[in-house]
Amino acid sequence: MLEVVITIGIMLVKMVIVLSVVMLMVAYVTLMERRVLGRMQVRHGPNRVGWQGLLQPIADGTKLFFKEELTVDKANKGLYHLAPVIYMGCALAIYAVIPFGNEIEVLGRVIPLHIADINIGILYVFALSSLGVYGLVLAGWSSNNKYSMLGGLRAAAQMISYELPLGLSIIGVLMLTGSLSMVDIVNAQEHVWFVFLQPFGFLLYLICAFAEVGRTPFDLVECDNEIVAGYQTEYSSMKFAIFYLGEYMHIIAVSAIAVTLFWGGWRGPFLPPVVWFIGKVLAFVFFFIWVRATYPRFRYDQLMRFGWKVLLPLTLLNIVVTALVTLII
Amino acid sequence: MAKTETLTINMGPQHPSTHGVLQVILELDGEVVVKATPHIGYLHRGVEKLAENKTYHQCITLVDRLDYLAGMSNNFSYVLAVEKLLDIEVPKRAQYIRIIMAELQRIASHLIWLGTHAHDIGAMTPLFYTFRERDEITFLFEMVCGARLTPSYFRIGGLASDLPDGFVSKATELMKLFPAKVDDYETLLTKNPIWMQRTKEVGILSAEDAVNLGASGPMIRGSNVPWDIRRSNPYSSYEDFNFIVPTGENGDCYDRYQVRIEEMRQSAEIVLQALERLPKGDINVYAPKVMLPPKEEVYTDIAALIHHFKIVSGGFNPPVGEVYSSVEAPKGELGFYIVSDGTNKPYRLRIRPPSFVNLESLPTMVEGSLIADVIAVIGSIDIVLGEVDR
Repeated sequence: MLEVVITIGIMLVKMVIVLSVVMLMVAYVTLMERRVLGRMQVRHGPNRVGWQGLLQPIADGTKLFFKEELTVDKANKGLYHLAPVIYMGCALAIYAVIPFGNEIEVLGRVIPLHIADINIGILYVFALSSLGVYGLVLAGWSSNNKYSMLGGLRAAAQMISYELPLGLSIIGVLMLTGSLSMVDIVNAQEHVWFVFLQPFGFLLYLICAFAEVGRTPFDLVECDNEIVAGYQTEYSSMKFAIFYLGEYMHIIAVSAIAVTLFWGGWRGPFLPPVVWFIGKVLAFVFFFIWVRATYPRFRYDQLMRFGWKVLLPLTLLNIVVTALVTLII
Repeated sequence: MAKTETLTINMGPQHPSTHGVLQVILELDGEVVVKATPHIGYLHRGVEKLAENKTYHQCITLVDRLDYLAGMSNNFSYVLAVEKLLDIEVPKRAQYIRIIMAELQRIASHLIWLGTHAHDIGAMTPLFYTFRERDEITFLFEMVCGARLTPSYFRIGGLASDLPDGFVSKATELMKLFPAKVDDYETLLTKNPIWMQRTKEVGILSAEDAVNLGASGPMIRGSNVPWDIRRSNPYSSYEDFNFIVPTGENGDCYDRYQVRIEEMRQSAEIVLQALERLPKGDINVYAPKVMLPPKEEVYTDIAALIHHFKIVSGGFNPPVGEVYSSVEAPKGELGFYIVSDGTNKPYRLRIRPPSFVNLESLPTMVEGSLIADVIAVIGSIDIVLGEVDR
């Protein structure tokens, strides 16, 4: 009995820690984005609230929290309120299966540093990530706004087009590992990281990941220059903030998955595993920001064509080549 | 059977990328534009009517505010029209300084166009780089006349003041560095595959359409019609300078982009030539009926004081007649048509704004394309609503 209580207690503690760390990271990734973009664009970025602007995310959060909550007349109220929850919930749930470190020993107890090790880890991640799209589509549809609807429709089309190559791009890794569990995948990279065995798989995954989280150059879903703010046009106050946080959670999540699948997860010399893991994730986030500062955005039809006619065949080719090479070796 | 309808959306007047208060009613079939109807007038200030109640000198401040990104060019066109009415020609030095200002203004205006156009297409970084260089140019304007956006630097018959000390060296230094800066912007955009996909074959305006719709400036040159007033009807000694009039081939957004990029380089070249060969001498024509007397004389000589008072309070009376005069402003042909009835105020001041005329080609260019192209095309027309609505 005691054993069960302790196990559940450890689980809860891990959940709370992961949740707070993720929330903190999201908050500071927003700051990082603004500061790094500032650096790249010959300006400062926010540096006034606290030392080097370190309290800026808190100020932003507080401000948004106290903003008036507006709900559009004739919006489909239930779905309108549900949409941000779906979006952020799905992004958050992904973190459950990501191993962010090796095992640690506390009071003679070995505690693995992941919340859950389910044997269909990757499937679970992609399932949730696809579910998140419902948040966007429903937000766009329930807002009773034409711009929102265009944004929602774009979201639906974009996610469906990129879900397939995204899923297929990692098949190579699965073939090498023979398991869907994230922990097994990290363990399989003890000697060599999969990015060296699957460079094309990694590149394809990266491109699809950009599309999946809707970042430049694939930020058509909310591209403010065309459709105002897309699905989130009619959202205000905390509901807007939740979409915003959800987006950054998604970015960190896809970065964490990239690190886990291709860059050896928490593995690395000298430094503790958790530090390695967070460092690698932040490097990916930096890359996302860098790309945002560099590229223009695709057009809707070009995006679709690129997904179906370029990425999908390439991912399939990658699978075939991987299979052949594995067979020969 | 399912019934399908087109979706009518209202883009603007409050929209992030209609460059001010342009309203476009779009009829969409999915994301494809079936019909685009631009509506203007949200920034109408009645400049033409206001001018009828101001003396000729006072109108200069009004025209500053037409295309508020190119105040110098507006000044230029207006004073040339009035000078044509009065039949006077300003000294060479003034002509050269006017050209320097107009070309610097062209660069400044094109820089804003490049930044906002790129931002509309999703590349946010060039905006900050172009504003950095544009700021340097506005600092130069501040040096000569104290204002950055609304200079009112040109006077009928000359200029408000001569170039201040240090201007020539500063401007030369900036213009020598400038081509390297243009290379920087081009690194981010010109060969970028996404940029090319977004602008090539988008918003095509054929040469024939461009002529029929009265397009001018980079719009018509992008469509391979080498129409540049600086070359075809040289004014203010433009014939003294060597420059190329760049043209595009297909008349798409990419061609207009390249035309404007090249124009910036050419303008920098013209400014350098003018600074190098800047003649010495007066900046004002000798025309006591029109011009204010020098300030020192106003303070010391009673006749000059009376003269000053008369010009300031009553202006001057040009001969009865009608004139049209135009210049190559950054956005195209900016013309002023002035009807004088012999009094000290224009009987009618009609402005031919390039943005307004160029905007008329918007429906031709966007119908049948996607909603994202509408944004790209509006950006590539380079409109300023202050000039469209006047």
